[in-house]
Amino acid sequence: MNPIDDRKLQLTRRGFLGLSSTCLGAAALNTLLAENAFAQSSQSFGGLAGMPHFAPKAKRVIYLFQSGGPSQHELWDYKPKLADMVGADLPPSVRGNQRVTSMSAGQLSFPIVPSVYKFAQHGNSGAWVSELMPHTAKIVDDLAFIKTMNTEAINHDPGTTFFQTGAQLAGRPSIGAWVDYGLGSMNQNLPTFVALVSMGTGNGAQPLYDRLWGSGFLPTRHQGVKFLASGDPVLYLSNPPGVQSGTRRRFLDDLARLNALTLEQSGDPETQTRITQYEMAYRMQTSVPELNDLSGESQATLDRYGPDVMKPGTFARNCLLARRLAERDVRFIQLFHRGWDQHTQLPNGISNQSRDVDQAQAALVMDLKERGLLDDTLVVWGGEFGRSVYCQGKFTEAVYGRDHHPRCFTMWMAGGGVKPGISYGETDDFSFNIVKDPVHVHDLHATIFHLLGIDHTKLTFHYQGRDFRLTDVHGKVVEGILA
Amino acid sequence: MKSGKLLKIVSVLASLAAASTSLGQGNESLTYTKDILPILSTTCLDCHGPDDTRRMLNLRFDTQDFLSSHIAPGDPDSSLLYQRISEDDPIRVMPPTSSGRKLTPEQIEKVRAWIAGGAAWGTNLDDVQQAALLQAAERQVVFTREVRPILSRNCFQCHGPDDQNRQMGLRLDIPEGFAGDRGTLGGPVVLPGNAEDSLLFQRITAEAESFRMPRGRDALTPDEIETIRLWIKQGADWESHWAYIPPVKPEVPAVSDADWPANPVDNFVLARLDKEGLSPSAQADKATLIRRVTLDLTGIPPTLEEVDAFLADDSENAYEKVVDRLLQSPRYGERMALEWLDAARYADTNGYQSDGERTMWRWRDWVINAYNNNMPFDQFTVEQLAGDMLPNATLDQRIASGFNRNHSLNAEGGIVPEEFLIEYAVDRVATTSTVWLGLTFGCARCHDHKFDPLQQKEFYELSAFFNNIDERGKGFKYVNSPPFITAPTPSQEAELAVLDEKVSAARLAFAELEATIASKQAEWETSLVGSSDNDAAVDWNLKDGLLVHHALDGDISGVHLSQTVEATLENGLPHFVDGRIGAAASFDGTRFINAGMSPNLDYESEFSLSAWIYPTADNGVIFSRASEGDEGEVGWGIYLEDGKIRLNLSTRVLDDGVAAATKAPIQLERWQHVTATYDGSKTPGGMRVYIDGQAQELEGVLDLVGNRLPQRYPLRIGASGSSKPKFQGNIDDVRIYDRVLTTEEVAVVATAQTVSAIASIPAESRSKAESDKLRLSFLNQYAPADIRAAYTQMMELEQDRDEFWDSLPTVMVMEEMSTRRKTYRLNRGVYDSPAEEVFPRTPSILPPITDAEKNRLTFAKWLVAPSNPLMSRVTVNRFWQMYFGPGLVKTADNFGSQGEFPSHPELLDWLATTFIESGWDVKAMQRLIVTSATYQQSSTVSPELLERDPENRLLARATRMRMPAQQIRDQALAISGLLTEKIGGPSVGPYQPEGLWDDIVEAGQVYPLSSGEDLYRRSLYTFWKRTLPPPAMITFDSSTRETHIVSTTRTNTPLQALNLMNDVTYTEAARAMAQRVMQQGTSVEGNLHTLYRLAMAHEPATQVQSVLTDAFTSHLEEYRADRSAALALVNAGESPRDETLDIAELAAYQMVASLILNLDGTITRD
Repeated sequence: MNPIDDRKLQLTRRGFLGLSSTCLGAAALNTLLAENAFAQSSQSFGGLAGMPHFAPKAKRVIYLFQSGGPSQHELWDYKPKLADMVGADLPPSVRGNQRVTSMSAGQLSFPIVPSVYKFAQHGNSGAWVSELMPHTAKIVDDLAFIKTMNTEAINHDPGTTFFQTGAQLAGRPSIGAWVDYGLGSMNQNLPTFVALVSMGTGNGAQPLYDRLWGSGFLPTRHQGVKFLASGDPVLYLSNPPGVQSGTRRRFLDDLARLNALTLEQSGDPETQTRITQYEMAYRMQTSVPELNDLSGESQATLDRYGPDVMKPGTFARNCLLARRLAERDVRFIQLFHRGWDQHTQLPNGISNQSRDVDQAQAALVMDLKERGLLDDTLVVWGGEFGRSVYCQGKFTEAVYGRDHHPRCFTMWMAGGGVKPGISYGETDDFSFNIVKDPVHVHDLHATIFHLLGIDHTKLTFHYQGRDFRLTDVHGKVVEGILA
Repeated sequence: MKSGKLLKIVSVLASLAAASTSLGQGNESLTYTKDILPILSTTCLDCHGPDDTRRMLNLRFDTQDFLSSHIAPGDPDSSLLYQRISEDDPIRVMPPTSSGRKLTPEQIEKVRAWIAGGAAWGTNLDDVQQAALLQAAERQVVFTREVRPILSRNCFQCHGPDDQNRQMGLRLDIPEGFAGDRGTLGGPVVLPGNAEDSLLFQRITAEAESFRMPRGRDALTPDEIETIRLWIKQGADWESHWAYIPPVKPEVPAVSDADWPANPVDNFVLARLDKEGLSPSAQADKATLIRRVTLDLTGIPPTLEEVDAFLADDSENAYEKVVDRLLQSPRYGERMALEWLDAARYADTNGYQSDGERTMWRWRDWVINAYNNNMPFDQFTVEQLAGDMLPNATLDQRIASGFNRNHSLNAEGGIVPEEFLIEYAVDRVATTSTVWLGLTFGCARCHDHKFDPLQQKEFYELSAFFNNIDERGKGFKYVNSPPFITAPTPSQEAELAVLDEKVSAARLAFAELEATIASKQAEWETSLVGSSDNDAAVDWNLKDGLLVHHALDGDISGVHLSQTVEATLENGLPHFVDGRIGAAASFDGTRFINAGMSPNLDYESEFSLSAWIYPTADNGVIFSRASEGDEGEVGWGIYLEDGKIRLNLSTRVLDDGVAAATKAPIQLERWQHVTATYDGSKTPGGMRVYIDGQAQELEGVLDLVGNRLPQRYPLRIGASGSSKPKFQGNIDDVRIYDRVLTTEEVAVVATAQTVSAIASIPAESRSKAESDKLRLSFLNQYAPADIRAAYTQMMELEQDRDEFWDSLPTVMVMEEMSTRRKTYRLNRGVYDSPAEEVFPRTPSILPPITDAEKNRLTFAKWLVAPSNPLMSRVTVNRFWQMYFGPGLVKTADNFGSQGEFPSHPELLDWLATTFIESGWDVKAMQRLIVTSATYQQSSTVSPELLERDPENRLLARATRMRMPAQQIRDQALAISGLLTEKIGGPSVGPYQPEGLWDDIVEAGQVYPLSSGEDLYRRSLYTFWKRTLPPPAMITFDSSTRETHIVSTTRTNTPLQALNLMNDVTYTEAARAMAQRVMQQGTSVEGNLHTLYRLAMAHEPATQVQSVLTDAFTSHLEEYRADRSAALALVNAGESPRDETLDIAELAAYQMVASLILNLDGTITRD
């Protein structure tokens, strides 16, 4: 938070509302508040002065985070030469000095295992996609694949925390919180940053942590709001049993009256903010259930996302909700799909896991595109690292596993200023090392920020004696994927 | 020093007045130079003085020119000067409001009198006086407050303390950097007195970007440049950063209103307000005051009785009496602890990935008690940093040392333990230096500090104090990780003493039977020898704790937990041979026994495995409950591997489990007895293996427990479910015990001789094991009833005692290793990139440790030495935050050069030195602050004051603050009467929305929802899962406890509104409040009045009362019409509803109570 800007905001509000509260009745005051009293002039609320730094390509982001480390080998990074090397030990020249986790560090050998799943080329761009992703294969001409993602982390917690906050250890703000802090909100009825979680069927679920959408050292109002699949979608959203909507309205009017009296007496602008926040809470009580109400969706749309869309808490449902959130100008929407951590029994696990996401994610991109939203919505897909070319654990023709691999893995992006139908960066024949155009986590962050009109070196927060930023002292925009 | 220079100028000006008086002019006749110029010199000459670069309107008051234009002698009201200084309009008044300068009414009156008296000029100034005036008129730049921050912000990154990245060898953070001729730089960096020729000034003002500093960044602002210019012009004096100079107790300043100060705090505050031309606010009304101080000192509001007693108390020290009562309340320690738990990153889970549970509440309770007992802050410090190293450390002191074990601990599979060992050491340095030194030392992990003179090497030298603990880089996932201690609470200690008493009484009673036992046993032995019938031979073996026994005497079934369990033979037909005791089962490397799904042993279990074996091959599983996982052996078992005995518990064979093996092989084709014991410690050190009763030397082969041990495989004798070779040879008498057998017991179990056979050996020829077996079998089974009863009694009590001990809480602590672990400076801070070895040393900016020995204890003592310039300042500043919002230093976590200069530097130093002089008396310090007049001011703020001082840094009022998260909930519990006032104990699980954990935590973890009184404990006892902390706490800005936090922000969001309106915590509290007033109350008006006062302490204003009454009336009408809605509402929460009350009325009151709990005033301490 910039205290100066915050204060200006308060003073403006006070100048307007402080006067009103003494001249008008509190009920009238409420009416004024309900009509976005201080929001009329601009599309953004909150955010820093001078933001965005330059004209953005993307107004909002839908980030489909794949938790656990999806294997690039079975999905996106086609390595035909491996077929001739089944079971051969990974050559030391390839392995180099790359550290491996202590799970496989003690293995006596590192047998090469190619994907059991077949690849084919698709679209005008001719992108290679595995048979596990038949729906996504149809939209490859809208996607930009990044084959050369890399990270330093080799374990889930530090790796995921790194992707979400730019640091491996807890304590920093998440990417969505930074965006909220810098750009503010585009709507008055929903949070700026929404997180949605789903459990996959890939038998490789890693826990998630609140810090992944937390605000770190930024004020907590910038933290992501996790929508829940069961119960209240937003915590404490529903009135308690026995409180009807009319009762709540009456209650809020009384509360505003009393708080206005307090404001008059204390002169504290926080009291004014409190009054407006209760009104926003009231609006959320309407807007969130409306968001979850799919009755207005056509059968064709629902069918497109697949049968899981009817089940709350699935990736498919969350994809549809993501589109609805995007339509309502929620700025940062992040899905977390658990279950990609297939150390063993990978073929079975990853085919289930792919089925969870394939149809729905393709539907999301197409749906956004048809509604004209893809142009200014950035879609990002990927996990915290990739998986090793060598087998971990049992190795038979149909059964094998892969350990974590931070050195190269694949992500894709679509829309929002990204060049469609391209593949960026090259890995070696083993998808073990990067041959050309590496993209580090910090670079990805810099690029996402760039598309949102943020100079990643300039969005900073002063904490513990220095200016922190998402990209620390690193990161460069990946020009090659910009449209 | 600037302050010295200022004094000099002031004294010269004073001499003006004195000199003119001595010239014999009458006191009554005012002259300009004697009486008026000294006034105007500090308020007006800045813009209307001798300096023509800054002169406004070409008007100057140091020469006589203005007399003709601005003064009408004898007529003040026509004189422009007088008109402007006496103006009411804040826009037109001179000096301008924005300058912060102001003439007092007395000064204005003096100007009026001077004009009225003819406006005489007086004596002209001499040169010295002229020069002094010039100086006085110029803004005096204070290096440490104004210049250093500019340099720090703009220059230090390349010209600061960082040795590794310094440009051109130029340093601007030390005085030497400015001095001398910088030939290579083209001239001296700074020429004192001559800004224009100083290189520094030239470079910051250069027009060419290639030449201008700072390079690649925005140019300095005109204000910053002017500050630098003035500083050089005024002599370029250098001062060390203020915070590194030990505080000296300042004089208490005189103030404009000597009656206002209640204690010296107020003198400092008022002196500053005087300077700013502000006055303090009136004292807050008594109800507000008692609510404020009760919330601040205990974290809960006052009761109505307490409020009324205070209102009725007219004595002069009524307020002080309240303060003293509050400081004695047990709630005080809880309130103070809450701040400390944030700083100490205290939590109930390990923080990474699975985020399993740990037990640290004994440490948390230590903190509460320390505050309640008013432990001096130096002792509080030493015990938490090094209590374990104090001579004859008490249990409490060892518990205290848990402070630096509160950090997160990673137990994720696959991590590199060395990497995280470094993270823990780093966390300790960062936390310790923030909490006690206000230094951001964590920045120096990867490189020299950019802004403060802290070198990377010094970071590692500091970490060496904390790097000597026998800890694990990969922690245990679901429990405490070593080192930890058993830490009974005082009541548990009492219970333990009772048990010990009972045990010794039983032992005594048993010992008294010794003679009887000897004779009875002798009789029994004789009777055994008498029998020659082989079939009647008596045998016995150890039964105590026996979980599983397969005798394998021609039958493969066994006894599991006293139940006969059928077993099946796989891959062949049963085959028996002569065994060591009766028959034995024979194995051929193919067949094995499947003996069912018990016993369940896991990493935390204590157990012993034993059997007689006759191996014919040197690889084979003896028995196990294990199978092949995807990554090797999973489960537990005892194995023969390359002739060696291996005890193995594993979840992943490479990196998750614990195992040890004998160093020497056993012999093939020979009967040997094997016992393996395990003590549940999850380390190979907790394993023992015995061959024929003899302990063997072991080698740890796996020491990385992470996940849980699976229980899904059957007990297999002679095999595992994996591809491990099956046993070849014979196995006899398989036994599993639920405890660690002693060496003596192992020898008894390994004694195959029957009891009868031993009895026939002459007593003196028996081995110890044989004698032990005879005696144990007698006492357990064959002795007369009274002896067996006494024996059993003793054994049972011993077992009770052991079980009780095992149930006691543990706490992770610090514990020094005897051989020092080496510490290295790490290149770029990376764990696998060590540079030179470093040794414990404190940072060079601070005075050195005087003790020869450099360890954690001497470090702690060094920290609390009075010569440390930081600790007392940092600590009183944190206290100050609790009462005024921002600290005197707003950056409570950073007293370094990027930190903020104190708003009241003298007050800070006065408090810091007073704190030390008091013997670090924490309660006395709180008392001092809250009994100040400053603290007791009203928090009401005028728009003007708000504009002038939005954050209340000048303290012309009390700070109105939204309460911390925990206080908001605790207040609701307190005023509803639901609060459980119980100190300490294991953490509890208050209400939390269902399903919150479901979609993000590891499978199997369930929120520990409490019931009954544990639902209503104070919030500092709430179970704190770091990766998923209680949502309502986070919504109200609580720290997540993932890292140390010494000051929190306060936001204001719609989620907070939803929480207070709809969370059952608050709807239930509202119901309880409603019940409370209905049960005690009379009229509706009276009840609403009470509800309001419960929360606010003060009386509701008439308008408030009428809103409440309207609300009640309308809700009552509504709920009378819809009684089912009323019933749904009043059933909120688990606490019982008073069913004698009318539900519609109760619902209406509940809605009003909820309204009150949602008021801005209720969640604010004003």
